[in-house]
Amino acid sequence: MSQGVDVVGVYVQNQDEALAFYVEKLGFRVHTDVGSGDYRWLTVQHPEQPSFQLGLFTPGPPVLDAATAQAMRAMVAKGAMPPLVLTVDDCRATYERLRTQGVEFTQEPVDRYGTVDAGFRDPSGNGWKMIQARR
Amino acid sequence: MTEVTADPVDQDPRLLRRLLRAKDRMDAASHEAWPVTRLAHVSGVSAAHFARSFKHAFGVPPHRYLLTRRIERATALLRDTDLSITEIAFQTGWGSLGTFGRTFRDITSENPGEIRLRARAAAHELGRVPGCIVSAAQRPGLTMAVSEKRRREEDDQNPSPHNKEMS
Repeated sequence: MSQGVDVVGVYVQNQDEALAFYVEKLGFRVHTDVGSGDYRWLTVQHPEQPSFQLGLFTPGPPVLDAATAQAMRAMVAKGAMPPLVLTVDDCRATYERLRTQGVEFTQEPVDRYGTVDAGFRDPSGNGWKMIQARR
Repeated sequence: MTEVTADPVDQDPRLLRRLLRAKDRMDAASHEAWPVTRLAHVSGVSAAHFARSFKHAFGVPPHRYLLTRRIERATALLRDTDLSITEIAFQTGWGSLGTFGRTFRDITSENPGEIRLRARAAAHELGRVPGCIVSAAQRPGLTMAVSEKRRREEDDQNPSPHNKEMS
């Protein structure tokens, strides 16, 4: 692939906490983790999707002023950010595995529309739908 | 007496995250009873603090939020299943068919039967959007509680300085 979407970022409250969640619990890998001073560019990658990085960014200086950063943190914590969708082979098996690791599920797996979906949140409040791939 | 109304974005993100947890729990089981004490326990705050903070954070009191979720779920069941309206009323948390029908009409301005016909006609157009997201997008906008609407109508007839907003 030479053209396409490479990185999409989500705002998180704390990058260390987010890193632990996405890597240790969801099984993502660190792609890039660099920074200087207060700024840290941190992206992770699904092990089966090398062409895409999920950025885990904290709202704050130097990119955002303090008031805007505070507003963004509030939005994330209120679950107001747009939906994220994770595709899995087996929704129920993944649900069981993640739940025992302490992932906060907002919805147990439900059969509907010919597939199975569940919902969880990352520690910051970003909401994920986990949908079983149609075969 | 003036009430200190914090701007929602000034609320501590850690508190908001815990309030979100209570909101999520209502989303997951809107048919259950959610007294403020139960919700406050989920969020780890006092009941009085919870009710005030939830409204500041999400714009509606917790009970009113719960009603929108129940109507949303009832609407989905009307659209997607052949369950009778009575069965849907009890499955979505209402104690009586009468209360369900009245609340449903007050919020949506339609009868459950009318919604069923219209939702089914429109359902095929949303086939490409994840179902869980469609459900949330079709959540009814409940700007005012049914009880509040009635109370305001009464207030209009009997003006009381206690209910006047300071501006």
